[in-house]
Amino acid sequence: MSGRRQIRWHIAVFLAPAVLVYTAIMIVPLFGTLNLSLFNQTPERTTEFVGLSNFRTLFGDPRWSGAFWNALGNNAWFFVVHMLVQNPIGILLAALLSSPRLRMAAFYRTAIFIPTILSFVIVGFVWKLILSPIWGIAPGMLDVVGLKSLFAPWLGKEDYALTALALVSVWQFVGIPMMLIYAALLSIPDEVLEAAEMDGITGMSQFWKIKLPLILPSIGIISILTFVGNFNAFDLIYVAQGALAGPDFSTDILGTFLYRTFFGFQLQLGDPHMGATIATAMFGIILIGVCIYLFGIQTRLRRYQF
Amino acid sequence: MAQARISAGRSIAAHAVLITYTLIALFPVFVILINSFKSRKAIFAEPLALPTRETFDLIGYTTVLKQGDFFGYFQNSMIVTVASLFFVLLFGAMAAFALSEYRFRGNLLTGLYLALGIMIPIRLGTVAILELMVASGLVNTLMALILVYTAQGLPLAVFILSEFMKQVSDDLKNAGRVDGLSEYTIFFRLVLPLVRPAMATVAVFTMIPIWNDLWFPLILAPAESVKTITLGSQVFIGQFVTNWNAVLAALSLAILPVLVLYLIFSRQLIRGITAGAVK
Repeated sequence: MSGRRQIRWHIAVFLAPAVLVYTAIMIVPLFGTLNLSLFNQTPERTTEFVGLSNFRTLFGDPRWSGAFWNALGNNAWFFVVHMLVQNPIGILLAALLSSPRLRMAAFYRTAIFIPTILSFVIVGFVWKLILSPIWGIAPGMLDVVGLKSLFAPWLGKEDYALTALALVSVWQFVGIPMMLIYAALLSIPDEVLEAAEMDGITGMSQFWKIKLPLILPSIGIISILTFVGNFNAFDLIYVAQGALAGPDFSTDILGTFLYRTFFGFQLQLGDPHMGATIATAMFGIILIGVCIYLFGIQTRLRRYQF
Repeated sequence: MAQARISAGRSIAAHAVLITYTLIALFPVFVILINSFKSRKAIFAEPLALPTRETFDLIGYTTVLKQGDFFGYFQNSMIVTVASLFFVLLFGAMAAFALSEYRFRGNLLTGLYLALGIMIPIRLGTVAILELMVASGLVNTLMALILVYTAQGLPLAVFILSEFMKQVSDDLKNAGRVDGLSEYTIFFRLVLPLVRPAMATVAVFTMIPIWNDLWFPLILAPAESVKTITLGSQVFIGQFVTNWNAVLAALSLAILPVLVLYLIFSRQLIRGITAGAVK
C-alpha cells in the first residue's frame, strides 16, 4: 500500500453513540463498584485502602468462604439444569416450529414465549401457589392421576428446592433459546435444504446433518447467554424464597449472596465493601467462562455466508 | 403413499409435542386469570374450577382500579420501554455494523469492551448511577430510566446483531460500493433491512427486562408521576398480601400490557422473516 490510508470517519460515527452511552452509564459506575472492593470502613467511619485483604477474608475466613462456595456450587447446578433441560427443549421446539407447512406455528410460538415476558413477581408468586401444599393445585392434580404419594413440598425441602426453582426458571426462559434457534433455522436458504432433499436427506437426518451444523454458532450464543444469565440470576430466588434463599441457604446463589451482603438483611447490616468484593469475584468467574467460550469455542465454529 | 403416511404421522407427533408444551407454558397464567374472576371463597375451595355464576366476582378488579393510577403507570412504562428500545436498536445496530464490517485497529478490543456489559449486571453500579443522576438533575424523570436501560440493552444487542451481520453477503455490500453508495447508505438501505428478523429478536429480548424491571424505577424514579406499572403493581401486592382477589387481579392486569407489546413485535418478527429478507 502506498501512502497512508485516509481516516475512515464513518467507523467512528457508527461506534460513537453506543460506546459513549455505554461507557458513561455502565462502565464508569461499575468501576466505581470494583474500586469499592479495595477499600474498607474504619471504625471512625472513614474509608481506608486495604488492597486485596477483602478477598483474603472472602476466600480465607471460614464464615465467608463457606457461604461463597455454597453459593457458587448451587449456581453451577442451576446452570447445569438449564443447559441439560432448557436448551435441548428450546432447540427441539424450534426445530418442530420451523418445519414447513406446520399449522398454527404462530400460535405455538406466541404461547410458548408467554412465560418469558412475565415479570419475576408474577412467576414467583404463581409457582409458589401451585406448589404450595396448602392451596394445593399440584397435590390435587397428582391425586387425580393417583400419584399423590409423589408429592412433596418441593420448595420447602433442602434436597429439591434448588432444582425445583431451576426448573421454574427453565419454564420461564425456554422461549429465548427457542426464538434464537428458530430465527437461525429460518435463515437457512431453501436451496441448501432442497439440495439435501435431492440427495435423499430428509427428516431427522436432515436436521442432524444439515441444519444442526449450520445453527451451531447460534447454539454457542445461547450457551454463553445462559451461562451469563444464570450467574447473574437473582430475582426468581429472591421473590420465591426471599433474600435468605431458604430453606437453610440451599437455594443461595451468587446473586442472593451478593444482595444480602451489599444491602444487608434483617439483623445484618449491609457491607458495601464486602458486597463489592463478591461482585468482583462474580465478575471474575463470568469473565473466565466468557473467555473460554470466545477463545476456545467460538473461534473454532465455522460460519457460512449465504 | 407410504411417504404421505409417514409425514402425516410426523406432523401429528410434532403437534402433540407442541400442544403438550403449550399447555405447560400457559397453565400457570390460566390459573391466575380464572381465579382473578372468582370470589375469595371459591379461590380456596376449587382453585382449578372456572368461574361460574355463583362464584363470579369482580371484587379484585374494583379494588385494584380504585387504588392508584394504573393508566398513568402504564403510560410511563410504555414511554420508557419504547424510547429505550429505539435507542438500543439504532445505536446497537450501528456499532454491530462497524464491528462486523470493517477491519481496523482495536476492532477486537472494542468488541470485547462492549461485550463486557453482557457479563456484569448493571445493578452492581447502582450507587454510582444514582450519584450521576442526582448530579445531572435527572432523578425522578423518565429520562434517567431511558438512559440506564439503553446502556443495559446495548451490549447484548451489539453481540447478537454483529453475529447476524457477519452472515450478510459481502458481495451485496461490495456491489453497493461499486455503485457508489456511501457507507451510511449501505448500512441503512442494504444491511438493516436484511437483519430485520434479528432486530425483532433483539427488540423482544431487550423489551422484557425493561418492562419488568423493579430495581431502577424504585431507586431512580419512585415518584408517583413517573412510577412504572411493575413498580405500581409490586407496591400494590406488598400492601394487599392477604387480599388474594386484589393480588390476582393486579397480576392479571400486569400481564396484559406486556402481552400486547409482545404481540406487536412478534408480528414484526414474522413479517421480517416471511419477507424472505435473509434468504
